[in-house]
Amino acid sequence: MNLIILLYIIGWVLQIEALFLTVPAIVGVCYHEYNCSISYMIVAVVCLVLGYFLRQQKFDANDIYPREGFVAVSLSWIFLSLFGCLPFLLTGEIPGFINAWFETVSGLTTTGASILSDVEALSHASIFWRSFTHWIGGMGVFIIMLAIMPLAGAHSMNLMRAESPGPSVGKFLPKIRDTAILTYGIYITITVIICAAYLISGMSLFEALTMTFGTVGTGGFGIYNDSAASFTPLQQDLMTIFMILCGVNYNIYFCLVFKRFKEIFSFEEVRTYFLIIFASSGIIAWNIRHLYPTVEERLRHAFFQVGSIITTSGFSTVDFDLWPQLSRNIIILLMFIGACAGSTGGGMKVSRILILLKSVQDELHRIIHPHLIKKKHFDNRILPEETLRSTNAFTAIYFVIFFISVLLIGVDELDFTSDFTAVASMINNIGPGLNSVGPTCNFDVYSTFSKCVLIFDMLAGRLELFPVLILFMPTCWKRY
Amino acid sequence: MNIIIVGCGRVSYTLVEQLIGDNHSIVVVDEDDAKVQYFTEELDVMGVVGNGVDYQTLLEAGIEHTNLLIAATGVDEQNLLCCVLAKKLEFCKTIACVRNPIYNTEIGFLRKELGLSMILNPELIAANEIARIFQFPPEIKIDTFTRGRIELLHLKITRDCLLNNYPLKYIHTRLKCNVLVCIVIREDDVFIPSIDFVFRTDDTIVIIANPAEADSFFLKIGLHTSRARTAMIVGGGTVGYYLARRLLEVGIKTKIIEIDSRRCNELSEQLPGASIVNGDGSDEHLLAQEGIGTVDAFAALTGIDEENVLLSLYAKGISRGSIVTKINRTYYSGVLNNIQLDSVIFPSFLTADYITKYVRSMNQRTDSNMENLFKLENGRAEALEFFITEPSIVTDTPIRQLKLKSDLIICSITRNGHVIIPGGHDELKVGDAVIIITTRSIFYDIKDIIKR
Repeated sequence: MNLIILLYIIGWVLQIEALFLTVPAIVGVCYHEYNCSISYMIVAVVCLVLGYFLRQQKFDANDIYPREGFVAVSLSWIFLSLFGCLPFLLTGEIPGFINAWFETVSGLTTTGASILSDVEALSHASIFWRSFTHWIGGMGVFIIMLAIMPLAGAHSMNLMRAESPGPSVGKFLPKIRDTAILTYGIYITITVIICAAYLISGMSLFEALTMTFGTVGTGGFGIYNDSAASFTPLQQDLMTIFMILCGVNYNIYFCLVFKRFKEIFSFEEVRTYFLIIFASSGIIAWNIRHLYPTVEERLRHAFFQVGSIITTSGFSTVDFDLWPQLSRNIIILLMFIGACAGSTGGGMKVSRILILLKSVQDELHRIIHPHLIKKKHFDNRILPEETLRSTNAFTAIYFVIFFISVLLIGVDELDFTSDFTAVASMINNIGPGLNSVGPTCNFDVYSTFSKCVLIFDMLAGRLELFPVLILFMPTCWKRY
Repeated sequence: MNIIIVGCGRVSYTLVEQLIGDNHSIVVVDEDDAKVQYFTEELDVMGVVGNGVDYQTLLEAGIEHTNLLIAATGVDEQNLLCCVLAKKLEFCKTIACVRNPIYNTEIGFLRKELGLSMILNPELIAANEIARIFQFPPEIKIDTFTRGRIELLHLKITRDCLLNNYPLKYIHTRLKCNVLVCIVIREDDVFIPSIDFVFRTDDTIVIIANPAEADSFFLKIGLHTSRARTAMIVGGGTVGYYLARRLLEVGIKTKIIEIDSRRCNELSEQLPGASIVNGDGSDEHLLAQEGIGTVDAFAALTGIDEENVLLSLYAKGISRGSIVTKINRTYYSGVLNNIQLDSVIFPSFLTADYITKYVRSMNQRTDSNMENLFKLENGRAEALEFFITEPSIVTDTPIRQLKLKSDLIICSITRNGHVIIPGGHDELKVGDAVIIITTRSIFYDIKDIIKR
């Protein structure tokens, strides 16, 4: 393990965070919350200075091997969240270090689960920062780093690969830096479009900005205690559409940029994604027909909740915990499926589910024709064995972590549904679960220990398990 | 510039390594996904899996926006076809590697008729390079550029050499030799010596001089120069064939040792002047029998790198001739630095160099009067050729009065077809072609040689 590289990269991450922290400070000034602004500025300065000292030692950029990439990414996220939670502690708005850390990790990993019972009591700066962390974490800090950091080597791809969700990560342009700039450009463009749409639909600038961050990053921090219920039906519909669009594989937007319109419809994953959304929304709308009088309302709530859960945002317009069991089961299932690979969403990703299903089909074929050789195709390409292997490993580890976490948080003696959905919601970066952690409740019901377990789940889920797990491999830290 | 490279082989890898530093966007295409993956993991390039002759694959690689396509797969016909396709469909410039000697005789015609920018033959390039080495004494290694007009002579200073602990300025004052020491390689450093420089043991110095001056210089420092009269080649592959052909042309007696008897017959048909020996080149007795002890030039050109290294080491022990080792795997360059071999030839490095030179000359900025750019010493130094078209602060002033930057040296002036090795009293004039060697980053204007 090359510690100089790790320190250098963490130094950069902290300096970028310093840049991000000035934004809520400015918001604080706008709302005359000068104490808050000062807290944010203090943390920003600390990050800036510390970052400067950390990246003093020079090294060869080609020394970033996959190991360094993975460790750097997960350590950076830990540091990012640790420093990101300091303002909450300094302003005293969230008592207790673990609580503040939980809130920040929840923001950065675009989970959107809160331990606060009264969000509206926070200062504007802090509400803004909470939502802003969704935006930062949605695309990831490393893409912006690769766009501005003078590490041009091919091995810095190892950083992007470790942070980006999905079974296979490729480049759209020959150069990493160009790819990073383009990706961030698309991300910012989407942000601006959504924000403009929200403003036109009648939200205030503050509401529009914070809700945009939650939507683009597929986060889910609300700015009101009732999440998204107090918005008008039009605004809720807009949110549904934008959430679903943000859960789409970003390759589609690359194709739009390059005017390769034909290819847009050839993505198997995206087609399946929309199929799942329409099918489950339809069933839920039918299932909840007794709860809501009009068809419009049934469809709106069904689509909103399905969109919110499958993209792993976690906003809610109604308390879906009160829905019939079939609908609740569908929602739990959607939690695991998650959004498309290469989007800002979490979960197992539609493409992984498709690959797994293809593997199952293959195994069945093998029973009938034991000597059959059949390459699996995905998006009209042959699926590499490598991808299959890593998908299988991912799934296995995913469920191991899932069940161990359920076991561990069992110490708090809550009911099974709560524990099960809490972990599902954390590891898939969604936000609300069911029962005690339902849309109207919060995660403060859990003890400090359980919160730590859930923090781990959130980070592991966001970084797709392997980068976080590798930290616990003793051999990873040896020099050879 | 956008470049597509078809074929992920050794040449391509070296080429990408060289081009990526110049800020080009590179896409590699190969049918083998493991190779493509290796490239994309090690180098900042995009990979496309597919056949370069398939237009759909080329489209995916972004052929519409590509300025240059380089076809370097192992199959000549595929390279040519791929280039023709790219040329006809998208009008980009194309370079093809073509190895087969059959095509080589008509290479100019092929290039013109098919509309390619350049056709390269890696084996021929390697053979020419080896031939050049044989024509100089064994202590000196040669690097040529500007189409062979200037030869950089590399000399390693040994303990009993006159130059050991010898100050640079005495070369002019005491030895009265008009040679220019332009680069010194000390351990891993490459630098341009200042006037107060003192040579040490194990320094490699790179000098420029016209042939007569060079001869007298070598004589004065105690090296006896003599050109090779006899040559022995182990391994009768394509490089061996080209080398033998070229050596025979300049009247060097050439002997090829080849293990495969069928190949021996072929060679014997194609090279009537050479003596072809059918036998195992690693057999000590055979080598002794064929006179390895007395041969002036020895080339180890078998297909196995390790065998070439061992053969060369063996030959070095018993022969006083110059010895060339061909190495295919570029990974070995680090290991070989620590082995005392005379001249090592990496065909893929040489080929990549040729292409890089071409690409660099394509990448002309309109505001630049730089004509050519050559990489020296594995890219650790550069030689830039400028044409002086107008009077400026650098012209018509003796060079010693110009306040030059520290990391560069004016190493030659070509005036009216004559090459001048400049001294402090020479002046640059309008119409000159000037070559500047620098170890700092590239610059694009001759006026940038002046300290600011």
